[in-house]
Amino acid sequence: MDRIPILKLRGLLLVTIQVDMHDRLAMQLQDELTTRISETGARGVLIDISSLDIVDSFIGRMIANIAAMARVLDAQTVVVGMQPAVAITLVELGLTLPGVRTALNVDKGMALLEGTALITDADELDAGYAD
Amino acid sequence: MPVTRTETVELRSASDVVTVRQIARTWSIESGFTLVDQTKMVTAASEIARNTIDYGGGGVAQFELITEGGRRGLRISFEDQGPGIPDVAKALTDHFTTGNGLGLGLGGAKRLVNEFDIRSRPGEGTRVVLTRWK
Repeated sequence: MDRIPILKLRGLLLVTIQVDMHDRLAMQLQDELTTRISETGARGVLIDISSLDIVDSFIGRMIANIAAMARVLDAQTVVVGMQPAVAITLVELGLTLPGVRTALNVDKGMALLEGTALITDADELDAGYAD
Repeated sequence: MPVTRTETVELRSASDVVTVRQIARTWSIESGFTLVDQTKMVTAASEIARNTIDYGGGGVAQFELITEGGRRGLRISFEDQGPGIPDVAKALTDHFTTGNGLGLGLGGAKRLVNEFDIRSRPGEGTRVVLTRWK
């Protein structure tokens, strides 16, 4: 059976979606990813969709659900590598992926997540000083 | 309108949605669609194929390569004998859903194609026809 690998990379989880996802695989990814976040304490999740040639409302919902679940588990999700034709189609479809952050590629996504972590730490530091 | 080729696919399970996407992609390329137009047609087909399975209880998808007045197009018809849609106009509005979806399927698919036709009778089924021209 197909499986989507989840890699741990510098405190982040990286998921590269390379197959034409059917529903069962999508649900399985949701389960495995939330388990891995909880096991590893990862603060960020990168979902690389550069190999996906379409994102329909089902896959969009799955991505939004993963982001929402990750947020509850104190991790930020960044979707990276969306193909331009997919972006154009998504907007026309009416799917704007609210609450899901995006970056052009894995490097930029990683910088975004690491930047977020730094800003969060600095905010906590500021709050500490204010006390 | 001349039909140069047809193919019919049965829609029973979620994996059939993947088959529909693959055929829609291949035929969109053969129809000479740009990458963006291919993506729109494949996405629309994916939405309606899923509706046919999830709400219509399964059915068939018929692919047709068509020509009209020198232009080429791809037509995909989805048909089920499911419960039908009581209020089609309402079902076409964004964010209307009876399931757990986002409610973007019908209205979204309509925006992604050049011609969209839907006929539904409660208790008899639903037929959706998507057409995109080069």
